[in-house]
Amino acid sequence: MNLDPQIPEGPLSDKWDNHRFSSKLVNPANKRKYRIIVVGSGLAGGSAAATLGELGYQVDCFCYQDTPRRAHSIAAQGGINAAKNYQNDGDSIHRLFYDTVKGGDFRSREANVYRLAQNSTNIIDQCVAQGVPFAREYGGLLANRSFGGAQVSRTFYARGQTGQQLLLGAYSALSRQIASGQVKMHTRHEMLDLVTVDGHAKGIITRNLVTGGTDAWTADAVLLCTGGYGNVYYLSTNAAGCNVTATYRAHRRGAGFANPCFTQIHPTCIPVAGDHQSKLTLMSESLRNDGRVWVPNDKESCGLNPNDIKEELRDYFLERKYPSFGNLAPRDISSRSAKEACDEGRGVGPGGRGVYLDFADSISRLGESAIRERYGNLFQMYERITGENAYNRPMRIYPAIHYTMGGLWVDYNLQSTVPGCFVLGEANFSDHGANRLGASALMQGLSDGYFVIPYTVGNYLARSGAGSISPDGPEVKEVLESVKERTSQLLSPQGKRSSRSYHKELGQIMWEFAGMARNESGLKKAIGQIQDLRDDFNKNLIVPGEGDRLNVELERAGRVRDFIDFGELLCRDALERNESCGGHFREEHQTADGEATRDDENFAHAAVWEYKGEGKEPTRHKEDLKYENIELAVRSYK
Amino acid sequence: MKLTLKIWRQNGPSANGSFESHTLDGVSEDSSFLEMLDQLNEQLLGEGKEPVAFDHDCREGICGTCSLTINGHAHGPEDSTTTCQLHMRKFRDGETVTIEPFRANAFPIVRDLIVDRSAFDRIVQSGGFISVRTGSAPDGNAIPISKVDADNAMDAAACIGCGACVASCKNASAMLFTSAKAAHLNLLPQGQAEKDERAINMVKTMDEAGFGNCRNYGECSAACPKDISLDYIAKLNRDHAKAKLKKIFS
Repeated sequence: MNLDPQIPEGPLSDKWDNHRFSSKLVNPANKRKYRIIVVGSGLAGGSAAATLGELGYQVDCFCYQDTPRRAHSIAAQGGINAAKNYQNDGDSIHRLFYDTVKGGDFRSREANVYRLAQNSTNIIDQCVAQGVPFAREYGGLLANRSFGGAQVSRTFYARGQTGQQLLLGAYSALSRQIASGQVKMHTRHEMLDLVTVDGHAKGIITRNLVTGGTDAWTADAVLLCTGGYGNVYYLSTNAAGCNVTATYRAHRRGAGFANPCFTQIHPTCIPVAGDHQSKLTLMSESLRNDGRVWVPNDKESCGLNPNDIKEELRDYFLERKYPSFGNLAPRDISSRSAKEACDEGRGVGPGGRGVYLDFADSISRLGESAIRERYGNLFQMYERITGENAYNRPMRIYPAIHYTMGGLWVDYNLQSTVPGCFVLGEANFSDHGANRLGASALMQGLSDGYFVIPYTVGNYLARSGAGSISPDGPEVKEVLESVKERTSQLLSPQGKRSSRSYHKELGQIMWEFAGMARNESGLKKAIGQIQDLRDDFNKNLIVPGEGDRLNVELERAGRVRDFIDFGELLCRDALERNESCGGHFREEHQTADGEATRDDENFAHAAVWEYKGEGKEPTRHKEDLKYENIELAVRSYK
Repeated sequence: MKLTLKIWRQNGPSANGSFESHTLDGVSEDSSFLEMLDQLNEQLLGEGKEPVAFDHDCREGICGTCSLTINGHAHGPEDSTTTCQLHMRKFRDGETVTIEPFRANAFPIVRDLIVDRSAFDRIVQSGGFISVRTGSAPDGNAIPISKVDADNAMDAAACIGCGACVASCKNASAMLFTSAKAAHLNLLPQGQAEKDERAINMVKTMDEAGFGNCRNYGECSAACPKDISLDYIAKLNRDHAKAKLKKIFS
């Protein structure tokens, strides 16, 4: 497997400039001869499709939702980082770069992260020009707030709906291209396989979710912008439809999957209420700016009304353990601390899996109206779900799976190990290492889509030449038939168990053994249990109805089947990464006071998995990560 | 809780639909309305029956995918709340709950409770954007925008495009949606250059899509899960009239 990261020559700050200059351009008149497939219409996919369409390429964009405006980027609440230094508080591109690499626990690629920090400022300009209504100060200039893992205020936001507003910006740009005919939008279509010819990505197979039709689409390049795989845990903050199928199917066709065990647990989610739970809801991390996290000092007080627990009987554990970052400690660290407190029996709420996030101090300092202005929609959402009013009583929060840093391996050009198959946004692995800082996901999606891919895909096309193949060609037919075969397999066993029940069980295995803390024996156990679950799935699944029409159960069964295989890969990766870093916490590797210990000597690399065939063990490859501009250090937020 | 559910079933756009009744026991008060439907579907699967098809995705009230007219109200009885955020503690044990799709000529039924709202996309494609090329933007702070204007634009931009406004209007008018989309951009300095064209084109596309006329009943805003204000309808009417007049006199 060729894992050359293709990092350009020159000093860090010049690499992207040098690369753009040395990239080949496609003549404007030739652009219309190229067809590009974009799968996904979130921040990465939407911005890429809009920009490539605007450049003159023929773009086909696919999404499983009924409109591109509903992709799950829409749910991001808190904000988007940019090194604008509008606050004059010492921010710079280099600082954003440094914070991101450090926040990722030194498991990301320097050159990619630096480019991300460089692009961050252009993103804000672009979005403002599109009409994104960012929060403003009374003087009319853009407002900022601070976010976890940073000591400067560099986060731009639109109330608690930043993702929605940025997505609507990208969607409006996309809509303009759809109207002009440059982009053809295919809604309610799900990608089920990747077509390769002579090793190059040349198309995809989709299921039309309304008619049930299986179709082949061909192009000169394929962009996967299909988000993360958090739903492998069943309960996560992802949307119900988020799935790993597109990236996992591409993996099966030769794309290396990097660091699947790097998953992020978000510290501020509403705790699980019961068995019926189908998803977990995030309360934006920005709440930690004004909320203080605590649990009672002793177990006996956990059942009391929190307002009756005296100040001296409360343990503000983040402020105690991490005095310089306090409640703004990075996500992985905050999550683990909450888990520790609950493991000690000091958790609050049903099942004892919760900690308080208390706004009483901020409300008395700033007034309730200021808090309402900042977080009104979040408090409202909290009340709807829990029936509790957080203005009078502290919120209860608990960590939940939120984001996945792992993804398909890509080089500096965002190209996977399958030439012509590019991967953008959360679907790739490149920028966040082992842990992502808050307000960085939106930044990465838009950087990849607006500012990186237009150059790198052009370079690929100019060098490889137009080479679309006919949708009736033999290579396409073969993949199409295999997809149809797979669909009929899912429909054939008329057993007793629903795909949802398998998904739930898989989620329980994953959360128990590959969740916030992992160890060797647990992971081995998980792999065995997942294999048993797969055998049972193949025999006992029930999918009612036919394949050639709208069939929600069939859609879910296909996704769950891929999650099962992928879950095993995730556990395998977690098992092999015999160190703790970022969101990957191996209990065998921690300091006396419970901090993660990295093993840079043996694991300063991205682990890239190669698919070897059904029932065969995948092969683990390495891309060594070189740190030339940042010194590898123990990450400390104390 | 034990509930009787009267649910609309329809095999396809041209098929005849009808209500089907199901009893569902053991519903948790803490579950969301959609989780209750998940539970029903698991029960149907166990009985070897076809589950009910309904649209849903984020389940946190922001994507606008979920719909449903519940006991005659778009998104159910609770104010400012999408169906996915509606929780079963708002219903009584033993209650009969009627569940229908969003009904409007411009939203044809796809299957059961799923409707086709692509007309909204076409309205946006006709003018709901600012024509700015990627990479050509000036600095974000180049044009100060008063906080009042920015907040007002944000209030309009909060629309999630769910279609509850259409479903709750007697005339199935899409004016609340269209006006919110137009106002978001027409209120900002960046949106001024295309303001007139935007107003004219979006209204034209809306009319062609088969939505009814707005008679200012106000049901739309009352049903809106994001409390989009009727003021935007007045603004679009004004922007549209001005744009038309300018055309006549230019």
